[in-house]
Amino acid sequence: MKQTISVLVENQAGVLNRITSLFSRRAFNIHSLAVGVTDDPAISRITIIVESGNSVVEQVEKQLNKLVEVIKVRTLDEGTFIGRELMILKVSANAKTRPDIMTLCDICGAKVSDVSTTSMTMEVSDTPDRLDTFQEMMRKFNILEVVRTGVIALQKGAGKI
Amino acid sequence: MEMTGAQILVEGLRREGVSQIFGYAGATICPIVDELRAAPEIGYTLVRTEQNAGHMASGYARVTGKVGVCLVTSGPRATNLITGIATAYLDSIPMVAITGQVPSHLLGRDIFQEVDITGAVSAFSKHSYLVKDAARLPRILKEAFYIAASGRPGPVLIDIPIDMQEQMADVSFPSEVDIRGYHPSVRGNDKQIAHVVEAISRAKQPVICAGGGVFLADAAAELLSFAERTGIPVVTTMMGLSLLPTDHPLNMGMIGSHGNVCANKALAKSDLLIMIGTRVADRAILSPDEIKRRMPSIHIDVDPAEIGKNIQPELPLVGNAKVILNQLLERDLSVDAKDWVAALRSRREEELSREEPLQSGSVTPRLLMKCLGQRLRPDAAVCTDVGQNQIWACRHLWLGGCRFLTSGGLGTMGYALPAAIGVKTAQPERQTVVICGDGSFQMAMNELAAVRAGGMDLKIVLIQNGVLGLVNQIQSTPPYHGPFGVELDGSPDFAAVAAAYGIPSMYVESDGDVERTLDRFLAAPGAGLLIARVAPTASTND
Repeated sequence: MKQTISVLVENQAGVLNRITSLFSRRAFNIHSLAVGVTDDPAISRITIIVESGNSVVEQVEKQLNKLVEVIKVRTLDEGTFIGRELMILKVSANAKTRPDIMTLCDICGAKVSDVSTTSMTMEVSDTPDRLDTFQEMMRKFNILEVVRTGVIALQKGAGKI
Repeated sequence: MEMTGAQILVEGLRREGVSQIFGYAGATICPIVDELRAAPEIGYTLVRTEQNAGHMASGYARVTGKVGVCLVTSGPRATNLITGIATAYLDSIPMVAITGQVPSHLLGRDIFQEVDITGAVSAFSKHSYLVKDAARLPRILKEAFYIAASGRPGPVLIDIPIDMQEQMADVSFPSEVDIRGYHPSVRGNDKQIAHVVEAISRAKQPVICAGGGVFLADAAAELLSFAERTGIPVVTTMMGLSLLPTDHPLNMGMIGSHGNVCANKALAKSDLLIMIGTRVADRAILSPDEIKRRMPSIHIDVDPAEIGKNIQPELPLVGNAKVILNQLLERDLSVDAKDWVAALRSRREEELSREEPLQSGSVTPRLLMKCLGQRLRPDAAVCTDVGQNQIWACRHLWLGGCRFLTSGGLGTMGYALPAAIGVKTAQPERQTVVICGDGSFQMAMNELAAVRAGGMDLKIVLIQNGVLGLVNQIQSTPPYHGPFGVELDGSPDFAAVAAAYGIPSMYVESDGDVERTLDRFLAAPGAGLLIARVAPTASTND
């Protein structure tokens, strides 16, 4: 089961290394990990998606909490948070295929960010499963390159960690 | 106050009450070492290999309760220290390790003696710092000592580029620390305490399993009060050995694959397991699932991550063992475990009173351990190495009150001698004995220099069987096909080695001579080496 863990850490060199080495040492599987600074420049937020049962996630939380630079850890319950991922995807495109691609972009809420005589590059921000769908739809146009950020997440409502 | 980084560091050490450093100087740590020249109140021991600086700091920390400090230069000095740091991490020993580093503007260029030591130790240090501004040193030092000693103790590394040691900074020294993400639990939750008291009162066959965490929390006295007040029998892990004297009526011995039969029976038959300061590692409890199936358990530990890591207890209780035991002692504790204890006790007596058939031509390790322990002063310290010598000591050394120190977690051969030197450095008057094998002794015998230089009356019992005994034992059991690569061919004449350091030796070669020789050995002034000849076939299962 995929679980979403939100972690607030001190924004310092070496923190990410400590977190990733913790995951590899304890044999926890990371599905994705996204990191960025928060409103407070001294604090970064890391969103980690792990594919594990509850007892493993509990152990992940505890091990993360042991790291001195980790300020707070919270596993977000399904349905109580907004989780989004950004994908940039490049496909082969020509005058003939361009309209079809545009139609799919409209349907999936993707934005065309670059175009050339032989290619189109789209960006789309959505839930991971919807990105999967978009990626699947684009497959027939010959995907040249894809990059995804991994999920970032915030709790719904006024709640914060 | 305008000072250099090196001056800040030494002043910070003074303020932390550091009175001893175990180290190895070199180019990138010279500014700090130069300042130590001007700080005679801080003792300095030069080790012969850096790993042992970690072990000496460990021995020092374990008997004083203070943070042990080691200091080495960059590159190979730092990588050699790694095993010392990992050994301390696995046994949760409070330690601050300081390493010199190449100039900060050259970091990452793989210059002479540069190594990413903070990266290298990240998996087995509690925390680490790479100093990038000398002005931050006072806070870093304050934090490092606090982190090393508080909560679940452990080693903290401070890596200091040489230019940071030379940099001038205008600093003040903080008197307190406040680390946003670090607030170890101290007091046990009162509701949980009530549940624990209730569970204990319902139990008919409870057993306390005490580990090294009890020593780390300085809670040996509280454990004894708790056991005596409730009458609950105690078993220990290897790291918990010597919490209770061997012949204490409630002490049922050490559990685990190398433990005593009585202790393992007590564990298997109990109806409530009370774990205190133990992490339920495989050598102590081989199958936590089986224990979980058989009986409910209470787990008291300062590290919340230990709860449920290896075993899921019915009642977790997070906090400092000393504080929690005192919280429990404030409650009305009533247990009726008399029949249970009596049954265990008779089995234990049988185990302890077993008579040895005497042999000549070699020494029976069990007899040697028993007789050695019985002759030690009540406040002695015993350091063992790793291997058969450790297992024999764990199972049979008579512990009348003395402190037992070993590398229980990482199982580092060569730990005993430097750890004992650490003990002796802190407490020169304390009777201190090393127990080692001829394999492990050869990993650390270069440190006899510190014994000689310090004029220490350290006693070393060397079990000589000519093989790496425990590996030999493993290889002699299926699926393996027999010993290989374990015969210690080419070993030196150990008495000659000791003599080269001015240390006299004695031999004991048959059981009939054990008591007499031990008496002479322990009574002799100064340092001494006792070489006990043991048969290479002697097993820890005998």
